[in-house]
Amino acid sequence: MPRALPYLLLLPASAFLLVFFFYPFGLVVVESMTRDGAWTTGNFTRMTDHWKFGQAVWNTIWLTAIVVPVQLVMALTMASVVQKLKTGRSALLYIFAIPLGISDLAAGLIWLAIFEQSGFLNSILHSFGIIDRPQLFLGYQSVWVIFLAVCLAEIWRATAIMMVILVAGLGLIPKEYNEAAEVFGASRWQRFTRVTLPMLRPSLQTALILRILMAFEVFAVVVALGGTTLPVLMGETFQWQFQLQDRGVAAAYAMVILGLSVAFSLIVLRLLHVPKGARV
Amino acid sequence: MSDLSPSGNEPTQPVVHSGPNRQAVHRAGRLLFGAGIALLVLWVLVPIWFLFVNALSSPSEVTGFPKRFWPSFDMESVAFFWNFQGVTNALWNSVKVATLTMILSIGMGAPAGYALSRFDFPGKEFFRVLVIMTRAFPLPLLALPLAVMFIRTGLDDTVLGLALVHAMLALPFAVLITYSLFSGIPAELEEAAWTLGCTRLQAFIKVVLPLALPGIAASAVFAFVISWNEVFAAAVLTIENRTLTAFLLQSLNVSPLPLKFAGGAALVLPALIFIFAVRKYLFAMWGIANR
Repeated sequence: MPRALPYLLLLPASAFLLVFFFYPFGLVVVESMTRDGAWTTGNFTRMTDHWKFGQAVWNTIWLTAIVVPVQLVMALTMASVVQKLKTGRSALLYIFAIPLGISDLAAGLIWLAIFEQSGFLNSILHSFGIIDRPQLFLGYQSVWVIFLAVCLAEIWRATAIMMVILVAGLGLIPKEYNEAAEVFGASRWQRFTRVTLPMLRPSLQTALILRILMAFEVFAVVVALGGTTLPVLMGETFQWQFQLQDRGVAAAYAMVILGLSVAFSLIVLRLLHVPKGARV
Repeated sequence: MSDLSPSGNEPTQPVVHSGPNRQAVHRAGRLLFGAGIALLVLWVLVPIWFLFVNALSSPSEVTGFPKRFWPSFDMESVAFFWNFQGVTNALWNSVKVATLTMILSIGMGAPAGYALSRFDFPGKEFFRVLVIMTRAFPLPLLALPLAVMFIRTGLDDTVLGLALVHAMLALPFAVLITYSLFSGIPAELEEAAWTLGCTRLQAFIKVVLPLALPGIAASAVFAFVISWNEVFAAAVLTIENRTLTAFLLQSLNVSPLPLKFAGGAALVLPALIFIFAVRKYLFAMWGIANR
């Protein structure tokens, strides 16, 4: 009985993973490569031939390329600030962590309140006398403003998750390392780049991978701020599934998102390679 | 600028400070530090403040210009949102789905977490890799094929069907979090209970569970938040029984601004409370997710 016990305990979770992860996963793969029961690459050609495909891919990648590095720097700053603080630490941590609980849709609506025509950005500009009538920021004539607003909303929303992971990671680094470096005359900046950052590698890895995956799934923020004016991969997946009722192409999009996710996860793993013996 | 640089950038160069100068640098540094913190806090809080200003102002103020930065506490927008066709239903659905997600993911995840922390057995590493692997797949996309499967089994457009998908999102976290929780409770406590005549189950219920309960509650709240916030799967899998996120998403381009902002506030408010409730565990939870 004791030997079977761990397997019994794992059974519900394993069975669930099988039915709701591996089975649908297999179905998406098959669906992306078949049409009316026959194997075909038609879904993929149909996807790539559509004029929005290239835009969706590039918008998603650009968004990730801009947002993730900014977030990394901000999250590192927040985490170090919190580390150094003696009083008010938990209050500050709570405030910094708030966006963690806020959905991407809500974040989109929050930034819509700022960017929409009668929104707060216009009001602020007005109160400074810069403009005298509200400007239309989120129109299709100025897609780049939508892009910028989405960037801000994403940075605002998802820095918290990186910050939390990095704070947790900083807590795992033994204090002695930093003290030793200080004894040997390392400056604050040197201690940060030569001691803290390398020791933080496992956490950086987790934070970056998680965040990059999330960035490829960007969806509701974009819909809230720009409707379908700014095509992104997840949004196009939704469009094909819903508006165009074409599950094959939607599945093909899912494959593209999966491919990008796996590729970038591997890159991060490779760049921030942590030798097995060096884990904290 | 030059008299500020010795504060840390060039340690090899011995710089001698006169007393007052050094103090001034120190004070300037502290001021800068404080200003930085204030800026970061404002960056997080001000956008939320704006949303609530909108939600707590009358519809004419929401669409009016220029805006005031203080709410008029006119409940018309909130009332409009509350009485809007389908809102209360969607809100209720969100609560139901999230509660069910919570129960499902902890119910399945906690036993698995316990097994991983207490037993060494063949296949353990395989299971762990399996769980971590699920993180590399954009899980909301699983809703695409499941939509068909659910139609066949009658689970389409039901609270349970959506909760099952959300549980898939939350399960890996539940496993990893409970794994670390149980690992943090010394096995010796349990063994002591066995020698005192407790069965394995009794020892678990009387010794381990009370110690683990707050942490388990925190991870349950986390599962709740995951489900409460999920948009894509909810929008794909439900039509009649939409959750609040799906409802808001699908009426985005037709609904008036006051509805959007009141809806946004309704999404944010519970999040503020949830994060406050689990704040102590947030970091312990993520510390182990790294390993």
